[in-house]
Amino acid sequence: MIEFREVRYATGGGRDLLTGLNLQVAPGETLVLLGRSGSGKSTTLKLINRLLEATAGQVLVEGRSVLDWDPIRLRRRIGYVIQEVGLFPHFTIGRNIGLLPQLEGWPPERRRARVEELLQMVGLEPETFSPRYPRELSGGQRQRVGVARALAADPPILLMDEPFGALDPLTRLEIQREFLSLQERLRKTIVFVTHDIREALIVGTRIALLEEGKLLGTYSRADFLNSREPIILAYLAALRAPEQPLDS
Amino acid sequence: MSLLDFFYRHRAEISTLTLEHLWLVGMSMLLAVVIGIPLGILITRRARWNKPILGGANIIQTIPSLALFGFLMPLPWLGERADRLAIAALTGYALLPIIRNTYTGIMGVDPSVREAARGMGMTDWQLLTQVELPLAMGVILAGIRVATVITVGVATIAAAIGAGGLGEFIFRGLSMVDNRVILAGAIPAALLALAADFILGRAERLLAPSAKQ
Repeated sequence: MIEFREVRYATGGGRDLLTGLNLQVAPGETLVLLGRSGSGKSTTLKLINRLLEATAGQVLVEGRSVLDWDPIRLRRRIGYVIQEVGLFPHFTIGRNIGLLPQLEGWPPERRRARVEELLQMVGLEPETFSPRYPRELSGGQRQRVGVARALAADPPILLMDEPFGALDPLTRLEIQREFLSLQERLRKTIVFVTHDIREALIVGTRIALLEEGKLLGTYSRADFLNSREPIILAYLAALRAPEQPLDS
Repeated sequence: MSLLDFFYRHRAEISTLTLEHLWLVGMSMLLAVVIGIPLGILITRRARWNKPILGGANIIQTIPSLALFGFLMPLPWLGERADRLAIAALTGYALLPIIRNTYTGIMGVDPSVREAARGMGMTDWQLLTQVELPLAMGVILAGIRVATVITVGVATIAAAIGAGGLGEFIFRGLSMVDNRVILAGAIPAALLALAADFILGRAERLLAPSAKQ
């Protein structure tokens, strides 16, 4: 579904943010990119929807290099959720969610039905929330809307960049659970960036560990928990510590 | 003869010159908006045009207005008619606040909003027209308001090159050493500036509501 072949990404100034990345994401899995701040997680994500372009190597989506895709078409097949959500403050919640279907030329009836369906799906009462503006919502509600908006045109792929990182711990746990049950039903191909080991173990079907722009390996949950590698032991120690700050 | 009597006696001329003044200001603002907003948008897209365009507009603004009118005099098509020339000069003056506010307004849009818009597959045109311009509208209108108020004032100097407007009274009053004549130009000009400020301020609040997250 998504494949990285020997991908390198360097900034304009020539500093390598990613080197020699080889990675495959299978349809329907939730691959977590785990790593510290600055390890190249978000960069990896943005190479998939071509917000960034690889300096060397190839990124393939559905078997085609992203450079051969029309970037607009590519992005409309890929839902994108970021930590700051980025809802359009001048649009109502309904219009935020319905924007992509509108750009895709769906008739208004179908659009409205879709917005309703999505709001229900993320646990927000459509009649109450559709006419509201983003500023009237709590952080958790906004992030739910962010997820709904990313799902609007039913994309096969979902990219999530620390989507729940700004939420309080209780809301985060709640929304992580909702995310799991949602994914149970939808079976999207998801790449999920986080620095939180606890979150990685909850949401991920597979964990890719990044450190200083290099992929250290990919692990199933069981492999990860049983690994003896020092860096993974450090993550697991952080998991058992009473509080969790590893890099934040 | 009191000031009011004087105004009443000359009401026909006052209104003619006020209309001329409005025409000068209106035309130059129209041109400044039509030129300034696209330039402001351009420099949000092409960073290297930023310095030359903002710098150029800045330089125009620092030229003393009387000198600017003089500089334009020898230009072939412009020099033929004083009002064209005045409008060109006034447009130049109004550009800076409009370009600058368009630029700052767009750059002030929350980066995460822009990232989300691009990430969901909006074209640059859609991003601009549906997200950036609506969100920047308040700041852009504030620029237009500032430019208009400045232009109402500077336009009085257009009378020096024979372009008409309320400056006629001011210059005539100065040479006649008659305060009433000066005031017949200055008071309507001040009222015009206040009215423009008020109306555009209302427009700002109407057209740019609730843009804060």
